[in-house]
Amino acid sequence: MSTVEPLRHDVVVVGGGGAGLRAAIAIAQSHPQLSVAILSKVHPMRSHTVSAEGGAAAVVGVDDSLDEHAYDTVSGSDWLCDQDAVEAFVAEAPRELRQLEHWGCPWSRTDDGHVAVRAFGGMRKLRTWFAADKTGFHLLHTLFQTCLQYPRITRYDEWYATRILVDDNRAQGVVAVELASGRIETITGRAVILCTGGCGRVFPFTTNGNIKTGDGMALAYRAGAPLKDMEFVQYHPTGLPFTGILITEAARAEGGWLLNKDNYRYLQDYDLGRPEPKPVLRSMDLGPRDRLSQAFVHEQQRGRTVDTPWGPIVYLDLRHLGEKVIDAKLPFVRELCLQYERIDPVHELIPVRPVQHYMMGGVHTDIDGATGLPGLFAAGEVACVSINGANRLGSNSLPELLVFGRRAGMAAAEYAVQGAAEPGPAVLAQAADERSRLERDLLAPREGPDRIADIRTEMHRTMEDSAGIYRDAASLAAGADKLRELRERFGRTTIEDASRSFNTELVAALELGCMLDVAQTMLACALRREESRGAHQRTDFPARDDDRFLAHSMVSRDHAGDPQIGYLPVTITRWPPGERVYGR
Amino acid sequence: MPETITMQVTRYRPDTDRSPTIQEYAVPLRKEWAVLDGLNYIKDRLDGTLSFRWSCRMGICGSCGMTVNGNPALTCGTFLHDFAPGPVRVEPLTNFPVIRDLVVSIDDFLRKLPTVRPWLIREDETVEDVEFLQTPGELDNYKQFSMCINCMLCYAACPVYAAEPDFLGPAAIALAQRYNLDSRDQGAHQRLDLLATPQGVWACTYVGECSAACPKGVDPAGAIQRYKLTAATRTLRSFLLPKGAR
Repeated sequence: MSTVEPLRHDVVVVGGGGAGLRAAIAIAQSHPQLSVAILSKVHPMRSHTVSAEGGAAAVVGVDDSLDEHAYDTVSGSDWLCDQDAVEAFVAEAPRELRQLEHWGCPWSRTDDGHVAVRAFGGMRKLRTWFAADKTGFHLLHTLFQTCLQYPRITRYDEWYATRILVDDNRAQGVVAVELASGRIETITGRAVILCTGGCGRVFPFTTNGNIKTGDGMALAYRAGAPLKDMEFVQYHPTGLPFTGILITEAARAEGGWLLNKDNYRYLQDYDLGRPEPKPVLRSMDLGPRDRLSQAFVHEQQRGRTVDTPWGPIVYLDLRHLGEKVIDAKLPFVRELCLQYERIDPVHELIPVRPVQHYMMGGVHTDIDGATGLPGLFAAGEVACVSINGANRLGSNSLPELLVFGRRAGMAAAEYAVQGAAEPGPAVLAQAADERSRLERDLLAPREGPDRIADIRTEMHRTMEDSAGIYRDAASLAAGADKLRELRERFGRTTIEDASRSFNTELVAALELGCMLDVAQTMLACALRREESRGAHQRTDFPARDDDRFLAHSMVSRDHAGDPQIGYLPVTITRWPPGERVYGR
Repeated sequence: MPETITMQVTRYRPDTDRSPTIQEYAVPLRKEWAVLDGLNYIKDRLDGTLSFRWSCRMGICGSCGMTVNGNPALTCGTFLHDFAPGPVRVEPLTNFPVIRDLVVSIDDFLRKLPTVRPWLIREDETVEDVEFLQTPGELDNYKQFSMCINCMLCYAACPVYAAEPDFLGPAAIALAQRYNLDSRDQGAHQRLDLLATPQGVWACTYVGECSAACPKGVDPAGAIQRYKLTAATRTLRSFLLPKGAR
């Protein structure tokens, strides 16, 4: 097929969730002369930001301070975050949430009309803004509807990016498939921003939607931009069994508590404080997610969880909150329990177990979203700035995607206007190569020993067995071997669908390829980090080791296609490494 | 052998098929399984060529709307067991062009949505560092209409949209009303020209199917009826009062 004329824009945003929309709006407002493309594999309002429930943290109260939000974030991260990034984050978060308020986000309110705030895990003050328990949904729809007023933003809904085009050591666009038609097109830009979200779907049991397949991480890695801290995977302590649907931390912030099979508030046995009738900040059920998920594993080992066909569970008890509070503050929790578990949390205990939820690691960026590859920027869960370090605090991810979505948008716009050249023939030749690869490898039916789902299922099992809440060298090494085998088998899977129009088997194959690459980096980084910190717990190295590992893992792909790992020092400004203390 | 249920699924590949056909698949009948789990079983185990959209599987992303045994539904929140012993018929949403199998084009809605200006419009200056005050009562005024997930079930259910493709439709009008009723918004008069037209609220014959179909408890039919009153009053005022007094 001949090289066709590319679709040209100034900035190409890949991903239309919270970070991508925020970046695009920032560019449209500050640089109205620039043409912005938002490319998304789904309609933007389907993006996974929609599933965030509990809230968004930003200091508002007179009794709160930026330093306290920063300290909570730093200690929550087990000191692996970069403190300059955290200081910028907490300083800009209030302005961003207020901006969302000005754009119409229906934040919950106090009686006098001010924005209401609630408690959240690991936060010492009430600073989490919320829109009932559908905060991400409202935030995403507010951004989506707001972006509709900017004519210089062109949306490519349901386009799947398969490759970042790099020439002259600079990102200059992407190749993408328009799903409806199967057309393969080249979309060029003077800068590219990745906002594709996380990679929860490498695990079998996750709160993440089906679309969270690490696409942006894999595209960046293949293009030569290093990934950072890929071993840090967050398990949320309260997912519904079978579905993995998230029951928000706000349920505990409003006063819910966790019980084991003996109706005992077991968190008191794990250095998280004493049980009180009312929630206490940074204590017990309001401890950080890593510690709560680890406590579950210990309860399981002590035989104090309840076995179900979907694995062991404990209970989340909201009954004492009463119907009025539940309906006012947690209506979605009730709706989800009724629909998916057929239980009513007003009267019954909610069965829960830890569930993969969030990726702390991602594409390495600086404080302005710039990656290791010039012209390529990243923001949101796909990126690792890092404000989350070894464990993200609940309600920090929504303000993160706003603060760093805006920053990445501004930085990409500046990069574009500072005269990056129009993409030349080398870029178009690369695009032609990518087109041939897609047509040869994935759009021709073939019979193989495995189905796509077979490889995916084995990858799931591998990742759960080797990179779950607790890890050790043997299981990580075995997992890495298994992934090598799966990558080889992946090249020979059965492809049944040769149709051009809305070929979801093609998308599933491309996504699986991304997940296998991302999974490989996760296990490699986890094996090399011989310490326990935050969400990365090694049973063979149970202590934190600041001498060797107060540093970010940086992983790049070498010429043989294998992950190469180095380390980057953590930036410490004002809070030297210390003990994480909760409940005392 | 576990108990199974038959799923009758619409197949349509525009590159090869002249018209849609029905294909039957036997899938395990498990008590936890939603219709979407059945479709995924087919895709993963039986037939990789079946195409449908889905993501969050918790009723909030709005992508998995289809017609299940004749009714528009989110397949992630509709359970196979409720149709036992079967069969369960799964078809694309009605009133939309079909792209492939169970995937429909919602481009018409996406074209109409910006025309109702579904964003907060301010005429007074906004002070950057100060939030707009809004009491819980003022929030309740529009909150319901802000719950729309754009799943398109209301368009599939709407007989007016079926007959009159120019009709703005239930979700677009409800979202316009969401901003009209928001105490922070000052743009209602900018939306009037589009809403108070034969393609806007006046097209609606108040069948109410949209509100019955909505999985999120939004009442688009109520929004439309309420707006008809506003529109009628404004139109009347524009006839009766001199310009400055409207």
